[in-house]
Amino acid sequence: KDKEEDESKEEDSSSPQNRASRSKNYQRKNSNGKRAGEERRRQRGKKAPTKDQKESENEGRKTSKKGKEGENKQKKDRKTSTSSGSSNSSDEESLSEEELAMLMEQVEQKKKLISAMRNKPWRMVKKLSVLREAQAFVEKFEGALGKGKGKKLYAYKMMMAKKWVKFKRDFDNFKTQCIPWEMKIKEVESHFGSSVASYFIFLRWMYGVNLVLFGLIFGLVIIPEVLMGMPYGSMPRKTVPRAEQATAMDFSVLWDFEGYIKYSALFYGYYNNQRTIGWLKYRLPMAYFMVGISVFGYSLMVVIRSMARNANENTADGDDVNFIFSWKMFTSWDYLIGNPETADNKFASITTSFKESIVDEQESNKDENIHLRRFLRVLANVLIICCLCGSGYLIYFVVKRSQTFSKMQNVGWYERNEVEIVMSLLGMFCPPLFETIAALENYHPRIGLKWQLGRIFALFLGNLYTFLLALMDDVNEKLAEEDVVKNITRWTLLGHHNSSLGNGSMATPPPLDPADVPRGPCWETTVGIEFVRLTVSDILVTFITILVGDFIRACFVRFVNYCWCWDLEAGFPSYAEFDISGNVLGLVFNQGMIWMGSFYAPGLVGINVLRLLTSMYFQCWAVMSSNVPHERVFKASKSNNFYMGLLLLILFLSLLPVAYTIMSLPPSFDCGPFSGKKRMYEVIQETIELDFPLFVAKIFSYVANPGLIIPAILLMVLAIYYLNAVAEAYQRANAELKKKMQMQREEEKNKRNNKASTNPALQDLEDLFTQSTKSESHPKRAEDKKIESPNQPSPVRTQGRAAALDGSPRTGGRGAAFVPLSHVFVTQPPTLGIWPPYPGQPRPRGQPMGPVPGRGRGQP
Amino acid sequence: VYRLHGRYHEMAPNVVPMDYTKDPDVKLPMQLIINMPELKENPFKERIVESFSEDGEGSLSFNDFVDMFSVLSEMAPRELKAIYAFKIYDFNTDNFICKSDLEQTLNKLTREELTAEEITLVCEKVIEEADMDGDGKLGFADFENMISKAPDFLSTFHIRI
Repeated sequence: KDKEEDESKEEDSSSPQNRASRSKNYQRKNSNGKRAGEERRRQRGKKAPTKDQKESENEGRKTSKKGKEGENKQKKDRKTSTSSGSSNSSDEESLSEEELAMLMEQVEQKKKLISAMRNKPWRMVKKLSVLREAQAFVEKFEGALGKGKGKKLYAYKMMMAKKWVKFKRDFDNFKTQCIPWEMKIKEVESHFGSSVASYFIFLRWMYGVNLVLFGLIFGLVIIPEVLMGMPYGSMPRKTVPRAEQATAMDFSVLWDFEGYIKYSALFYGYYNNQRTIGWLKYRLPMAYFMVGISVFGYSLMVVIRSMARNANENTADGDDVNFIFSWKMFTSWDYLIGNPETADNKFASITTSFKESIVDEQESNKDENIHLRRFLRVLANVLIICCLCGSGYLIYFVVKRSQTFSKMQNVGWYERNEVEIVMSLLGMFCPPLFETIAALENYHPRIGLKWQLGRIFALFLGNLYTFLLALMDDVNEKLAEEDVVKNITRWTLLGHHNSSLGNGSMATPPPLDPADVPRGPCWETTVGIEFVRLTVSDILVTFITILVGDFIRACFVRFVNYCWCWDLEAGFPSYAEFDISGNVLGLVFNQGMIWMGSFYAPGLVGINVLRLLTSMYFQCWAVMSSNVPHERVFKASKSNNFYMGLLLLILFLSLLPVAYTIMSLPPSFDCGPFSGKKRMYEVIQETIELDFPLFVAKIFSYVANPGLIIPAILLMVLAIYYLNAVAEAYQRANAELKKKMQMQREEEKNKRNNKASTNPALQDLEDLFTQSTKSESHPKRAEDKKIESPNQPSPVRTQGRAAALDGSPRTGGRGAAFVPLSHVFVTQPPTLGIWPPYPGQPRPRGQPMGPVPGRGRGQP
Repeated sequence: VYRLHGRYHEMAPNVVPMDYTKDPDVKLPMQLIINMPELKENPFKERIVESFSEDGEGSLSFNDFVDMFSVLSEMAPRELKAIYAFKIYDFNTDNFICKSDLEQTLNKLTREELTAEEITLVCEKVIEEADMDGDGKLGFADFENMISKAPDFLSTFHIRI
């Protein structure tokens, strides 16, 4: 059918010479092959399939492109006129040209078919055979398509393209094979459903991010310092002071990260402030600074990219209410479940959910006592705020105490670790407390979960920031101490010089043994140590909680059940369920601490990588051995973005302290890569001045001018405002479209039930149009415009494909239902044989109603 | 694909050949496939296998097998999944999901825990919600329209292998 169409079109533009032969369709081929692109467009318009099978596909897929045929035709006309000169060549040449061109078109079609093979719902056998044929065809004729001189180049290009495609595919296969822990996660998924598995997928993703960060830090900071910097013991900052040397190897000291570990590459204090080290002239301080910044930059990028990807998947937001039962019926079963126990649970939960919806549907909303509910909610919130404040104060108090402890001599183990213990205990006991208080509130479970997560988040945040504040006090104290120590050091050195000079000779004195130099308090290292200790204790607490809370509990329930009064498995302790939200939050906070501490303790990220690795195996084992599937098996769909949002928030919050210290605190004078400078960021200025050519420094000084930065900020603010406005406009258009679809659906239902239209406006329209004729071929009418414009927003027209269907199913009210569905239709071939009934059948409806929506849609 | 073939092979080692160059015509009966761990707990397992089978009886050749898992995998596009989902839920294979199909689906989902009136209520609600053209049953258009808006269709209609 298409071929005849094309032929008839061609006849107009064909020259008298070649009217007879069939290859008229492909005439006037150019010999330089430069217009291949246009040819392809032409082919799309022509779609001359060589196989019957493809016709159905073409109909389905390319009806949308009928609109383009018009312009293609014009292009063809233009081309025929311009290339009419070349047609005067001998018959032989033009014939082979045409042949070639025809072949080229067919090859292009086959290629398109190959690339789109995935989306076809054909049988595998059919797909395979079509694919093989297409590939053979392409191979056979591809080589012959290069024209004249360009032939070899063309063939070479084709070969390279094919090789590249093959390489990409192999690489993709390899990548999929490389993804770790796929089998493990699948096992967990089949036992516990997709929500628990989403936690493990999140864990795996975090592991990947941490691995990259670790690679950055390790490769760019630690390795150069270790390989090319001054070795241990050569400088004061790198050696254990003599006073501590006696105890430096004790395990208890090492466990506190003092002793040898404190003076190792794990912490800030080890690094030398030499501008360049080694024969490569590697600028270590600069590298340290830049790596610190890029850690945050990379994390930010990765989190935002992941959020954007998740946001794309959650397309339709509204319209929830319209399909409750249908969705329950068709999408509630999780196909991933492979375990009978979980399946039982799933069946039960589906049944209850159906029953709930039925009950909701049947009875009207109970008249709740709103005042009581509000009062209870306010009460609950007040209680929780009290708890939060209490915990914040407790931490502050404890940190202050630990400072006084550190000044004392005999500190027991408890006093030393008090801070960490208190924080962990708070983290363990407060969330269940919040849950019990939240029972007062009586929210829908999903909303309740969000409140719970928010509260736990606030708890942890409060704790962390109180901890930081206390730490800041500590730091300020140390800074004050530094001045004192500086003086002492100077005097000691002078004294040493004088004593070793003896009789006033000018010989250089023997260097003071590094261990004897009085050391300043290195506040950055202290901060780093604090964070590392916090992380380690957090890890320990998590593992122990899992071990005790899940495993021991499970053993207890299993074995003691025989000789206990009540049924342990069903009653009080029973088996634990996997606490998804608690675990995710723990992971998120752990990551926050890592981000905060990594600037001062480069080794922290390495510790975290180890932790995530072991945690993966450990938790998988724990889950499989001692947890039971949830009773209410709920889906994990939208929570993913919520967790990413939390991660983003934590990233910003952990960026703040680090940025503050970089900008406003002076680095210690005798440890770390920035020692001796007034501020840490001065290293950038130094590098620019000394290492880059002169004009770069000038450029930077201009750029840093406030006069330039403020307008830039204003511009960004304006851009944000504009994008916001655009997004809102889209949302509004979306909402209008939905309303329109809603209206149409109601229309249909009303017509089906032969009721009067519920919408009085439409009723009026109906009456108005009883007399007017309804010619569907002229959808554009002025009167329609006036009346229809309030109801029919033009965005519908922007669905280009819908426009294509203007002509055909305009008959009757069927058109109304069609347009929103049509855009989904054109992507699929009608293999299920449903197409035939629709376009041909004019619904014998009340004619007046019919054209009204149709015409509305026909407006430009 | 090799993994799939491994799985296919281990289901019936004596029948399935390792060498496919001669294009042998081997089909595995439905019973074997239904007992695969991934499908065992699925209430729709018979329908799944039937809708992918060439002869409609439920025997899958290796091509059908691969087809089935590729549609059910993560990478399959939404439209393709919707097409096959429609086939699966259409119990009487008349290319429409009519009321009896819905009833059967519901029974399989809840293992017949709902009373008869509840069942009728739910089925009626579904038809009311999703049926656009008013013929009292769900055509593919209706189904597609409804399922394309469902937020978790892609994540639940997914088997990992």
